[in-house]
Amino acid sequence: MNSDPVLRVDDIDVFYRDFQALWGVSLEAGRGQIVSVIGANGAGKSTLLNTLAGLMQPQKGTVHFMGESINGLDAYETVARKIALVPEGRRVFPRLTVYENLMMGCYARRARGNRENNLEKVYELFPRLADRHKQMAATLSGGEQQMLAVGRALMSEPQLLLCDEISLGLAPVVIKEIYQRLRQINTEGITIVLVEQDIRQSLKVADHAYVMLEGKVVLAGDPKEMTEEQVKKAYFGV
Amino acid sequence: MFELAQPILNGILLGGLYALIAIGMSMMFGIVKLVNLAHGDMMILSSYLAMVFSTWLGINPFIVLVLTMPAMFVVGYVFQGALINRVLGKAMEPPLLVAFGVSIILQNFLLMVFTPDARSIITSLSTQSIVVTEYLSISVLYLVNFFTGLLVIVLLYFFFQKTYLGRGIRAASDDEVAARLMGINTRRTYGVAMGIAMMTAAVAGLLVGMTFTFYPHTGPQYLIIAFGVVVIGGLGSIKGTFVGGFILASAQLLGAHYLGPGIQLLSGYVVLLIVLAIRPQGIFGSV
Repeated sequence: MNSDPVLRVDDIDVFYRDFQALWGVSLEAGRGQIVSVIGANGAGKSTLLNTLAGLMQPQKGTVHFMGESINGLDAYETVARKIALVPEGRRVFPRLTVYENLMMGCYARRARGNRENNLEKVYELFPRLADRHKQMAATLSGGEQQMLAVGRALMSEPQLLLCDEISLGLAPVVIKEIYQRLRQINTEGITIVLVEQDIRQSLKVADHAYVMLEGKVVLAGDPKEMTEEQVKKAYFGV
Repeated sequence: MFELAQPILNGILLGGLYALIAIGMSMMFGIVKLVNLAHGDMMILSSYLAMVFSTWLGINPFIVLVLTMPAMFVVGYVFQGALINRVLGKAMEPPLLVAFGVSIILQNFLLMVFTPDARSIITSLSTQSIVVTEYLSISVLYLVNFFTGLLVIVLLYFFFQKTYLGRGIRAASDDEVAARLMGINTRRTYGVAMGIAMMTAAVAGLLVGMTFTFYPHTGPQYLIIAFGVVVIGGLGSIKGTFVGGFILASAQLLGAHYLGPGIQLLSGYVVLLIVLAIRPQGIFGSV
């Protein structure tokens, strides 16, 4: 893999109180790559992303981003380091308008200067958000909310975009559109880590894939070289 | 007919002051779901502060705000940061109890320092009034109260709608985790929000101190008014707070007009009960 990865996760253990959710997980992502993490419900994928974003802290092991350790940084501090998470369940601000949601994306001081530019880019990427910029986020459809969540994350000018289950509960056409946009975002040099239960889409776009099972990485490699048999076995643990 | 004009006008003007008293409490409920039982006492604390600066040191009461508002901001920031934030998210009761404790401590602190004597902030405004007709005159102080309340609430509205920090506070109240992901230090933001709420209490404290007499134990009386306003108008709604203020104050003054001053408080609460029965979430409330 890349000799100088943008993101390097080294042997981390993460706990929810007494329950250990991650067991010695290691992962790397090179600059401009799309890395896909797949696994069944409860495999620890979201825990992994939440840890990268600073919502949770590893008990053991290190997380390095662009050569610097980000251990111990809270979520509001990792944003300043150019990491953005599109959280599971979208979590747009329901009582804020689409425009205000996007403005929250550039709350980090570093991103405020470029906000007009970035706003235009997001509206270009997702024209439907521009049409609805005055609407409350709660009134958007699921797909539009997901676009808003991605757009909001992009407003912070991230170098690393973490996406947690962005296809969950969406219609296939919408999923296809969002994945197209992700590719487009990726071509601008933004590294993307995708977490999905739905294997097909995410393996298709990925440069590198990890399969997780019960808090551990059980398979890693180039998805084009993985056989369906291998993935199935790792995914279900049979 | 003309005789009704006076209580209605006074009700509207007093409503502006009531709204100002309630806005800080309503705002904090909207943001961190905290029922700040110390809100009334915080307001009375700022009345005493304003009294010390104006009556004792002879500074113009309105210039005193330059001192009391920052002071109350610090009080609010520390109150939230050092006490409330620690018990936040554990359940509804712990923050409530902490606020209740602070309320008791404040009352006794004021009692110790200022004795139980009745106080007021002396101002030349309180004796002036504008005579409109034979039946109608407007107290200058009430007018000042009304417009100050209106100004504070309009400023607050723009703060929440247009500034990064204001929007960030709303975002944090919608979804704390997502707000952190945006780069918002939510704990500090809550502290700032409480600081701002206490700045509104500082303004309210000055006006209440100029309009009425106050004692160390007057706080809960205004807490109940704030509750009434907020329940009628709808929790967390800025518009609702204003409307709630008008309704409660008008109900009180019309009750006093028809049935005698002894009925004033009762008639306010009867209207409160009616609103609760018909629209329990308040007029502009959503929860």
